[in-house]
Amino acid sequence: MIRIALKMLFGDRAKYLMLISGITFSTLLMTQGMSLFCGLMTWTFSTVRNVRVPIWVADPEVEQCNDNKPMRDTDTTRVRSVDGVAWAVPLFQNLSMASLPDGTSKMITLIGLDNNTLIGAPDKIIAGRLEDLRMPNTVILDDFGVQRLSADRKHPIGVGDVFEINDHEARIVAICETHRSFTGGPYVFTTYDRAIQYAPNQRKMLSFVLVSPQAGVSAEELVARIKAQTGLAAFTHNAFAWSTIMWYMRNTGIPINVGTIVIIGFIIGAAVSGQTFYSFVLENTRHFAALRAMGASSGELCAMLLAQAVMVGFIGYGTGLGLVSLLGSGLLKLGKVPFLLLWQTTAIVGLAVMVIVGISAALGIARIVRLEPAIVFR
Amino acid sequence: MSNEGIRIQAVDKSFGRGEARTVVLKQTTFSAATGRLTMLVGPSGCGKTTLLSIIAGTLLADGGEIEVLGERLDRMKSNAVAKFRARNLGFIFQQFNLIPTLTALENVSVPLVIQGHPHHYAETKAREALDWVDLADHAQFRPTKMSGGQMQRVAIARALVHDPRVILCDEPTSSLDSENGLQVMALLRKAAEQRDRLVLVVTHDSRTYGFADRMAEMEDGRILRVLETQEEIRAHHPLGE
Ligand SMILES: Nc1ncnc2c1ncn2[C@@H]1O[C@H](COP(=O)(O)OP(=O)(O)OP(=O)(O)O)[C@@H](O)[C@H]1O
Ligand SMILES: [Mg+2]
Repeated sequence: MIRIALKMLFGDRAKYLMLISGITFSTLLMTQGMSLFCGLMTWTFSTVRNVRVPIWVADPEVEQCNDNKPMRDTDTTRVRSVDGVAWAVPLFQNLSMASLPDGTSKMITLIGLDNNTLIGAPDKIIAGRLEDLRMPNTVILDDFGVQRLSADRKHPIGVGDVFEINDHEARIVAICETHRSFTGGPYVFTTYDRAIQYAPNQRKMLSFVLVSPQAGVSAEELVARIKAQTGLAAFTHNAFAWSTIMWYMRNTGIPINVGTIVIIGFIIGAAVSGQTFYSFVLENTRHFAALRAMGASSGELCAMLLAQAVMVGFIGYGTGLGLVSLLGSGLLKLGKVPFLLLWQTTAIVGLAVMVIVGISAALGIARIVRLEPAIVFR
Repeated sequence: MSNEGIRIQAVDKSFGRGEARTVVLKQTTFSAATGRLTMLVGPSGCGKTTLLSIIAGTLLADGGEIEVLGERLDRMKSNAVAKFRARNLGFIFQQFNLIPTLTALENVSVPLVIQGHPHHYAETKAREALDWVDLADHAQFRPTKMSGGQMQRVAIARALVHDPRVILCDEPTSSLDSENGLQVMALLRKAAEQRDRLVLVVTHDSRTYGFADRMAEMEDGRILRVLETQEEIRAHHPLGE
């Protein structure tokens, strides 16, 4: 019976393709929307990913890593004196303008690392040397910065080239790989003291204190102690990433926009597939009735409909996922759009497709169980 | 005769309620025997299809006794009726009702598949049945690629493939030209004679009256008269030949 059901389905080329494309499109839209969302969310906490330390300490009002509410320089010492701290070093972060010799300027994320230890320095240097950062007026640029700052040049900008940050000279001594930031600017790393010179002068300049616990002290425990003893905000690496994500969820329209895309995807899928499947069933009512007259039970007819719907769901979902991963890898190559396809996303979309398929089959089944087999004689 | 053939006793059937109610069968009594081709004739709307549907168990009567091959369909549960139908009845419809996306062979094998027979057995039997209606060479054709006469012969093969005792036909020739109509009737007659089957044909088509062993004339929900021999039929329907 299932064989017959599938033959009936595949034989109706037009409806079959319509059904598949409904599910495919819906899968595509939902998966794409959710993957863009996940990708965008990973961009929000890029600073936490690029500067990898166990604990971040910040002004009590700071909730996310792109926020900048400067603390006093003495706060580093206060944190250092908390019991269980192995080391605590300052970190500077702001958005600055990089000017090129031809007069154009681009926004950058400027990071100032502790002068002595360079803790938090990028771990993937692809050209030049990290140690050269100790020479005067030097910076490390990330690969996205190379792309950005080379826009109007014949040869891409590289080690040894010079540009300006707020009218101060910046000589590139290394190129590194980083994760893209949400704010859009490439990362430029330098030392803390030089970053302060680059940045417009302010009373307080310390953005974060980076901390590591001593052996035997857990990060969570030390975070609690730092909060209690200094009154500052403190986060473990993971907690800061999540806090940042949650801040963007609460304070931007991203979830609503993405939610809308996903819901539209679902509705389109359900409407197109439900409608098409129902008209497929309507068109085949006569044949289902004939099968019923020849002795098929309504249970068997339901199984046939279910098999047809599930088959459509399977193929449509597979095609949709295939298209999404093609599209996604294309987008990633372009590097301009965030895209992160998680297995959780495919699972959620799979469930949504099952619901769509279920609705479609249920519509058909509702029609078939009310079927009077006597209509075959009419 | 009690466990052979069809026996319908005082069956009532009406559709709708209140003002819209139409009484179609009124204490209708009818019988047919195996080994013979019985025709059921009468003006349009007199209740022929309704009676056939009740015999098939696809329509419930309001009252009366329905006995087919010794089984009381009016006393059976609907699932049991469906099983009984799958095993003992073959159907031929005016509109053929072949599934257009299946080949002739697959269409013919459907009744066996419904009964749960394995695929290769169903196809072997279907091939034999197609051969019997002289369409072995069309096994892989789809109905859409066939003439009306060929489609109706495929439908006959499908009605016979599981070797049922009873074949019910509703206007099997009215979509066909006379040559194809006669060919189809000849096959139905052969089906009745060869295996002692009961073939019941509802028809308007006087061109085919010559194939009947027996004829029940229906009017306004009742069987008015039964012509028991071909001679009687010829006497009352001289245009038939
Ligand atoms: N499901 C139904 N609901 C309401 N009325 C019905 C239904 N089925 C049949 N009827 C009515 O019952 C009467 C008999 O119908 P039936 O189809 O049995 O006639 P028939 O003898 O087969 O006619 P024809 O030769 O035109 O096929 C008609 O008046 C028809 O309108
Ligand atoms: Mg009729």
